[in-house]
Amino acid sequence: MSQAATGIDIKKSAIDSVLAGLIALVVFGPIVGLVLDGFAFNAEPKRLFAIVAVVMVGRFLASWFFQSTKGRDFLYKHTSKDEGVHVLAPGHKSKLKWIIPLTILIAFAVPFIASKYVLTVVILGLIYVLLGLGLNIVVGLAGLLDLGFVGFYAIGAYGLALGYEHLGLGFWSMLPIAAIVAAIFGAILGFPVLRMHGDYLAIVTLGFGEIIRLVLTNWTDLTHGPNGMNAPLPTFFGLEFKRRASEGHVPFHEFFGLSYSSAYKYIFIYLVLLLVVLGVLYVKKRLTQMPIGRAWEALREDEIACRSLGLNHVLVKLSAFMIGASTGGLAGVFFATYQGFVNPSSFTFFESALILAIVVLGGMGSTLGVVIAAFVLTVAPELLREFADYRVLAFGILMVLMMIWKPRGLVRMTRIGVSAREGNVK
Amino acid sequence: MDIILQQLVNGLSLGSVYGLIAIGYTMVYGIIGMINFAHGDVYMVSAYITAVAIALLSFFGIESFPVIIFGTLIFTIFVTGVYGWVIERIAYRPLRGSSRLSILISAIGMSLILQNYVQLSQGAKQQGVPTLLSGAIRFDIGDGFVQITYMKLFILFASFIGMAALTYIIQKTKLGRMCRATQQDPKMASILGINTDKIISTVFVIGATMAALAGVLVTLDYGGFDFYVGFIIGIKAFTAAVLGGIGSLPGAMLGGIILGLSEALFAGLVSSDYKDVFSFSLLVVILIFRPSGLLGKPEVEKV
Repeated sequence: MSQAATGIDIKKSAIDSVLAGLIALVVFGPIVGLVLDGFAFNAEPKRLFAIVAVVMVGRFLASWFFQSTKGRDFLYKHTSKDEGVHVLAPGHKSKLKWIIPLTILIAFAVPFIASKYVLTVVILGLIYVLLGLGLNIVVGLAGLLDLGFVGFYAIGAYGLALGYEHLGLGFWSMLPIAAIVAAIFGAILGFPVLRMHGDYLAIVTLGFGEIIRLVLTNWTDLTHGPNGMNAPLPTFFGLEFKRRASEGHVPFHEFFGLSYSSAYKYIFIYLVLLLVVLGVLYVKKRLTQMPIGRAWEALREDEIACRSLGLNHVLVKLSAFMIGASTGGLAGVFFATYQGFVNPSSFTFFESALILAIVVLGGMGSTLGVVIAAFVLTVAPELLREFADYRVLAFGILMVLMMIWKPRGLVRMTRIGVSAREGNVK
Repeated sequence: MDIILQQLVNGLSLGSVYGLIAIGYTMVYGIIGMINFAHGDVYMVSAYITAVAIALLSFFGIESFPVIIFGTLIFTIFVTGVYGWVIERIAYRPLRGSSRLSILISAIGMSLILQNYVQLSQGAKQQGVPTLLSGAIRFDIGDGFVQITYMKLFILFASFIGMAALTYIIQKTKLGRMCRATQQDPKMASILGINTDKIISTVFVIGATMAALAGVLVTLDYGGFDFYVGFIIGIKAFTAAVLGGIGSLPGAMLGGIILGLSEALFAGLVSSDYKDVFSFSLLVVILIFRPSGLLGKPEVEKV
């Protein structure tokens, strides 16, 4: 608007609103307003007009708000790239120093106080933390968009099930093997593709995730197709967590003279998983401070500059890709043993999108953000069951809005000696 | 022999549909360098709009075949075009100048939104349209026969018209010249008085209308669809765009037809369970050995 800085043009807002309403009518009319029923349709004018009214009112208010001084300040603040930092004083100690040990302590206490149901939800949350951390290395640190992450997850999960059925291997031997196999698949897929432009990688990995799922579905001799496969439970130094152990084994509860409870296996899975997550967190923290971690981020910011400084961009990217893939494989093993059963329908593109949403929401590269986001996005649907249908819609809206307002995520990645600064300096 | 010929016919019609959708990918990539991940879902939306249009027309008692076809085409192309505009306006324009990763993630978000929104409003069940055009031409060859349905002929005819019209617009009209100018150098184009934002919107609308044409044709041919159809066909059309050379319009059409033919032959001769695996593998192989595609120019990144 070229008029006086404080002037609010109601007429313009009204026109904006009517236009938006017309467009909403065209867009939502055939899909929301007319619901197909066989070859005929049912008209649903009520919800159509509700949506159009919401769009019109929303557009009017937005148009009004952005004409006001407050609105323009708001726009100004948010058009910034959100990249500044404050340099902290030397010897600065974070006030949150004690939070990490406290959280770890609480995390170890959880299985002994929580109910079995809560424990299963928390295990699922931790599996997604692991997945989020793996993808965060690939997307957040190295800037490689991997849309087939679920493929590595599936390799881990099916690795356990296949290893058990065909090779007689148990949880403990498959845990490292699955991680290595996933990493090898990552290398095979990544090596040719990583030389190319980033966007192609997204599509190739997407295709890879689908190939894995289709092969698992169609290769019925090996995987029993859509019927799925059984996965073994972990053992505690050879003690099994079943009510009755298989031949030559002793069940956990008999050995310790406890009465049988199915909660033991979940407690055990939880504790092992927690240790693995803590291990991955530690490794990731160290990696980001090592030359290789710095190289990932440098390469994400400017590939040409890095190559001219002598970084081998393929190897640097490949290392991130393989570490991410092996983390996905680990998560898959835990998922399989936690469910006791795997089938291809657990590994659709939606899972990849969910993991990506965790990384995007949590903040690219930020560990804390990813941990929080993983729990929010997996636990919230459990609590809000009646809104379960709207889950995917919410993820989609979240991804678009986050990219527009806060492309670096809710919790920005921090480094030693600096703290994040919001917005532009006026 | 008859199987091969039959699959060639099927592949040609499938391929021209891939080509139509690939146009949307290739034009958007050419002009702003992003993969419009939601494009497959625009196609899916157009399938629903096709069914709604046919239901609406029969509700008003219109029986004549040409009226239904043209009414459906015009309605679907118009509404889907508006979808293309709205998607660009909401999810991509605010991100102009952001990193490519952000735009791609926003596009994935848009794709999820479209799928779930259609699922919520229309239900998750499979939908369908009545058969409007039946019958076929039959050729006897030796012991077997090759059958070309009228619908397949109509698909070939309509997609040829669509592609020819588009080529004319891009090559001969002022709008097309502005599109090409923006593609070659957006900054220079805007200095010369071209409203590049408007051109980018136009390109999205053109892509959506081509996807809508494909949506009408495929929906009339196959009859059934659900909210998930856009995903697989989207990746395949993208494969076609890459195969032909992303950014190149004739490349998209050529890539679509090659992909359609090879996929149909693979399905007929080797295994139809693995035909999707075949297409995805083809994509990976092309990207490894010839990332610039058949007709594309190699991408050179400058500082």
